[in-house]
Amino acid sequence: MSTPTQLITPKFELTGRATPAQRETKIAVAGLNFYYGRAQALHEITVSIPERMVMAFIGPSGCGKTTFLRTLNRMNDVIPGTRVEGKVLIDNLDVYAPGADVVELRRRVGMVFQKSNPFPKSIFDNVAYGLRINRLTSGKSELADRVEEALTDAALWSEVKDRLKSSALGLSGGQQQRLCIARALAIRPEVILMDEPASALDPIATSKIEELIFDLKRQYTIVIVTHNMQQAARVSDFTAFFLLGKLIEVNATEKMFTAPDEKLTEDYITGRFG
Amino acid sequence: MSLILRTDLTRRAASGVMTMLTALCTFVAIGILLIILSYIAMRGIGALNLRFLVDTPRPVGEGGGIGNAIVGSAVLLLLSCVVGIPLGIATGVYLSEYGGGMFAGVVRFLVDTLTGIPSIVTGVFVYALFVLRMKHFSAMAGGIALALIMIPIVARTTEEMIKLVPHSLREGALALGAPQWRVTLGVIIPAAASGIATGAMLAIARVSGETAPLLFTAFGSRFFPRNLNEPIASLTVQIYNYAISPYDEWHAQAWAATLVLMTLILSINILVRFLTRQKF
Repeated sequence: MSTPTQLITPKFELTGRATPAQRETKIAVAGLNFYYGRAQALHEITVSIPERMVMAFIGPSGCGKTTFLRTLNRMNDVIPGTRVEGKVLIDNLDVYAPGADVVELRRRVGMVFQKSNPFPKSIFDNVAYGLRINRLTSGKSELADRVEEALTDAALWSEVKDRLKSSALGLSGGQQQRLCIARALAIRPEVILMDEPASALDPIATSKIEELIFDLKRQYTIVIVTHNMQQAARVSDFTAFFLLGKLIEVNATEKMFTAPDEKLTEDYITGRFG
Repeated sequence: MSLILRTDLTRRAASGVMTMLTALCTFVAIGILLIILSYIAMRGIGALNLRFLVDTPRPVGEGGGIGNAIVGSAVLLLLSCVVGIPLGIATGVYLSEYGGGMFAGVVRFLVDTLTGIPSIVTGVFVYALFVLRMKHFSAMAGGIALALIMIPIVARTTEEMIKLVPHSLREGALALGAPQWRVTLGVIIPAAASGIATGAMLAIARVSGETAPLLFTAFGSRFFPRNLNEPIASLTVQIYNYAISPYDEWHAQAWAATLVLMTLILSINILVRFLTRQKF
């Protein structure tokens, strides 16, 4: 298990492959329980997610990875009958504190969903949506610049620059998913949550998304849920293994996939169950 | 082998028979509609000319037209749309977006009940509430009566159409930091717009054929409308008055007016389809 939540850690020079202690904690979760009605989906989750790193959540279907991811930006709030106990701190601020600003939280913690969900609007308007509703730009040229920047960061600009006014629904599946990433990047969040972003994509589109994640972690803290363990091994710095709503192990990805501390993790990774 | 072949033949035969049956039913349904339309066209075309479309009614034997009724119907429809469509859409949005509680359940039940109320009852209701107090029939009262018929139709179709918008769109917008009302206004309603427009169309088509609620409210008139506080003519009431008259000339005019009414409804339908076609 990870060490208990360290809320304040000293800043170190970043060299080589970092360990959690070398980066400041971006997200600290302590004693998190989550309930769908009476059914408890998450049990006492405690974990620290360091900033500007990629953390992958792995585990069998129904183990609570996605539920946990969605507690980080309070997306579970929209599901009736759910309840949260415990603390989720982002930059030391409790996101479940009474009076916490959910809208501001979601502006800072962006999300990419499993199934790409572009709005039935033009490509440009999709990316501009978050900028417009949050009034992040002044004037048309700045808006256009930010849209271009986001599309460039999502490695989509060259493919769509001549058809910004056409429908986002006309893009291919992989392009739609990168559009959703661009849409999340446009408002410059600090954290990006990705819920199996490549599960419906072919290998080429998948590798594009993975390269993208690798580039993005220079600026963003990224948390990714994945079913694909090779993917977790390729893109992440840290991996967390969930089983039946419990967090079994958090470790540096290399260690996790070569010499995990827990027997259960080893069994799962070597394919003995799940 | 022969056994396999035989079941295959039975299945094909059953499939063929079912296809034929459904085609036949469709043909009967469409056929009846076509017969009605062509019969109205046949009977109506005779009395139809430009003068008929712009003139006001005249005594028997002097011709006359339905110009005032066309204008009157347009005014009544416009009034009912202005009142009924926003109220209906707002109700539908409330039911689908915030409609989880007890109160919403009651509203939904009342809306359903309202859909089933005979239109003549709506007419009498508006008569008692407005016409009696104002002491005269008026275009305004007619528009309100029609709006009352539109509201439940628009509300329920709006609710259903909004429910069809995938949940992932809502979550996508919320995840970008959009407050609930902006998600509804900026993403959900546009995504459901063509469906909502279809609901509004259905409501318009329904009320443009209403006669009973107008008898007690708009009443009818032989002149072009000058303001909304006076009785106003409408195609349906004029058709009704001419159809129950004993004169052949008026009967012919009723047929022609029916043809005009049908054509107008059809044009509104096509126009709205054109305006709300899915752009994205």
